[in-house]
Amino acid sequence: MAAAIEVKGLTKTFGGGRKALDGVDLTIQRGEMVALIGASGSGKSTLMRHIGGLVAGDRKSASSGSITVHGRKVQASGKMGSDIRDIRGGIGFVFQQFGLVNRMSVLTNTLAGALGRLPAWRTLFKLFPQEDRDLALVSLQRVGVADWAFERAGDLSGGQQQRVAIARALVQKAPVLMADEPIASLDPASSQNVMEILQRVNAEDGITVVVTLHQVDYAVKYCPRTVALRSGKVVYDGPSAALTPQLLAELYAGDKEAAAALWGTSLEQNADSLEHKLATGLS
Amino acid sequence: MSAPSTIVMSPELMERAQAEARKRLFSYIGWAALVGLLILSYGGAGIDFGKLWANRDNIATLGWDFIPENAGRFMQRTPWAFYIGEMWETIQIAIWGTVLAVIFAVPFGLMCSSNVAPWWIVQPTRRVMDSLRAINEIVFALLFVVAVGLGPFAGTLALFVHTTGILAKLFSEAVEAIDHRPVEGIRATGASSLEEIVYGVIPQVMPLWVSFALYRFESNVRSAAVLGIVGAGGIGMVLHEELRAFNYPTAAAIMVIIIVAVSLLDMLSARLRKFAS
Repeated sequence: MAAAIEVKGLTKTFGGGRKALDGVDLTIQRGEMVALIGASGSGKSTLMRHIGGLVAGDRKSASSGSITVHGRKVQASGKMGSDIRDIRGGIGFVFQQFGLVNRMSVLTNTLAGALGRLPAWRTLFKLFPQEDRDLALVSLQRVGVADWAFERAGDLSGGQQQRVAIARALVQKAPVLMADEPIASLDPASSQNVMEILQRVNAEDGITVVVTLHQVDYAVKYCPRTVALRSGKVVYDGPSAALTPQLLAELYAGDKEAAAALWGTSLEQNADSLEHKLATGLS
Repeated sequence: MSAPSTIVMSPELMERAQAEARKRLFSYIGWAALVGLLILSYGGAGIDFGKLWANRDNIATLGWDFIPENAGRFMQRTPWAFYIGEMWETIQIAIWGTVLAVIFAVPFGLMCSSNVAPWWIVQPTRRVMDSLRAINEIVFALLFVVAVGLGPFAGTLALFVHTTGILAKLFSEAVEAIDHRPVEGIRATGASSLEEIVYGVIPQVMPLWVSFALYRFESNVRSAAVLGIVGAGGIGMVLHEELRAFNYPTAAAIMVIIIVAVSLLDMLSARLRKFAS
């Protein structure tokens, strides 16, 4: 059985020759829940967008890598797979800024998850089959926002919008869910709620979840495995529990600020100042 | 602790001051060019305010001509129902001219949007829309009168073609200003390009599009009232006939109908636009 996600030698160069991804190798098995951490600019969002089939890797260089999801080619050598839309349908994607259409109802936003598998004559006139409507409502119920199904998405709070985005991914029936900074714009309570929902989706539906975080504490709490990126390279891939301030300081040697920021504060009761964190091991 | 006797400007500040001076010079040149253009075109526009004074008696007579001698008899004799019917025809021309234009401006507007269509579609479509806008609806009406004959259909076609050019541009400007993140959210579900537009783009631009369409409807009612002058139907046709026959009181009555109808529709449309956004 093919792995859920397989990234081989992926490189992405942006304008100015800066390498956002530098020969990334990563294999994620089905049913895993993996955190992808790194300071801003480390390439974690870029990697997610490549796996989701939203961006293509380098074309010129011979070693620009390949990505497969459930054995199907997302892209290879900077070229998208020929049936990329169909493949995207099999990958749920949750964005930091939710990616919802504010002026559409919550229900229609959720139903958009079914676009990939429905014929155009249905979708262009918004004639969704009853079973998809039911699935959308059930999904909204699972993430706890069914009461808002007929409100405009833009009227919901950030945390509620992010849950709608997860419901949309559930309607997609995708076996893989990529959540790119899903909690970066949320308050701590909403953040925990969204992480718990992702954890439940992973446990109950067996959906493979990859979530980028910019703070280690959430990774430790919710994800058994963490992959850490630095300057487009994988610098750590192992159990989240093994991540300590000391290890972070090692991984991000020469970048004390990045290490301190990654260690985070929101789940730590008594370590809420940068000075304290530095004193406890990042110095 | 003595203050420096002379203050020396830093090189950066000096450079900025010089740039500022250059900018000021350019703005003087711009104003001078504008004044020159106005003087140059004074003769071409045939401006002679003295004529207004010299012809003051004629103008006064013309003004008085608009007022009927016997108001009571005039009110009775004027075929109000007929004129209101003609005004209604004018409004119908504007309605259909605008609706057809909206239907065509949606695809053309999307084809003019650089964030939706590739450049080799955007550029040619934009040029075609530019030419539809460049030619006045009166000119189109003259052409359509020849093509489909005198009457309201020629007027409807003229408004339709000209308004398509205007709305396509306005629609595409709205599309180019959208938030791309919801569109990406739709794309990530495996949607097709058409579905990205229907679910990601259209809901975002809808209030603006409705507002633009209503605004164009207002202007089209005004334009349709004039189209009759070239034989393209509506109240303009009647107005033109009365003016040519020197029936100034009747012409005044028609103009009052136009003013009332246009003002009412403007108010209604303004209400609707507020409601849409």
